[in-house]
Amino acid sequence: MKTLAELMAIKEATMQKMTVREDTGDDAIRVVVGMATCGIAAGARPVLNAFVDEVAKRNLKGVTVSQTGCIGMCQYEPIVEVIQPGKEKVTYVKMTADKVAKVVNDHIVNGNVVAEYTVK
Amino acid sequence: MRELSLNILDVAQNSITAGASLITIEIDESLVDNTLLIGIYDNGKGMSEEQVKSVIDPFFTTRTTRKVGMGIPLFKMAAEQTGGGLEIESEIGVGTRVRAHFKTDSVDFTPLGDVASTVQMLITMNTDRDFLYKHSVDGKEFVADTREIKGILGDVPLDTYEVSQWILEFIKENTEVLYK
Repeated sequence: MKTLAELMAIKEATMQKMTVREDTGDDAIRVVVGMATCGIAAGARPVLNAFVDEVAKRNLKGVTVSQTGCIGMCQYEPIVEVIQPGKEKVTYVKMTADKVAKVVNDHIVNGNVVAEYTVK
Repeated sequence: MRELSLNILDVAQNSITAGASLITIEIDESLVDNTLLIGIYDNGKGMSEEQVKSVIDPFFTTRTTRKVGMGIPLFKMAAEQTGGGLEIESEIGVGTRVRAHFKTDSVDFTPLGDVASTVQMLITMNTDRDFLYKHSVDGKEFVADTREIKGILGDVPLDTYEVSQWILEFIKENTEVLYK
């Protein structure tokens, strides 16, 4: 069973890693998940969790995952935007947790937009 | 909504928009009486009486408030279809209290779902706010308080992956035992 005492150990371990953590800087890639009523109802929570997990698993630096309100196309939720400085914003629609690995691998890591998941 | 915990996520997002620094999520379930109370309380900017009416009624919308939408009506419907109900108390400058009551033995009861995941997401996506999570089942209670967690972590952020995973497991394991 997890206890608060365990958190202390996590803190110590993380503190050591933090000193070598690179600064994310201005060229960071932002992954933004719509989390208004429409997004939540359509299944945005597992999508956001999957992005956080995938970015952490691959130990990607300079990628932030955050949430926003209604993006304005409720029928296409869950909607995810990938924003990279100097590039056009990419909007992925009807996302699922299963599609996340492909977006992270193809787009975020290798720079190839997954066109089949974007808005048509 | 497929699970009530998504309604909690949705309503708590309103608290965040309302500028709350502390959001309390209370779940009180009685397996003996087949009742469930879900409360979301905040110290945000609060609403006027008229605004409270407008968030309950999905067809009364006013452009002056961004909080108007389907969130509260959906939550209210989920409660009422079990024979329960929803009330909102709010005061400008003080905060808002949303309480929904459910009868868990109703065929129209929506399952509570993955509350641990919901609370983890709220905590790690809003590290500048504090959350107090109280979950009790037949009088046994589990409490998680980000103020306490932040006190232990010091400079380590709540959205650090290892911390975020710990928060999820901490909530999941400690609420599961309440049902045993």
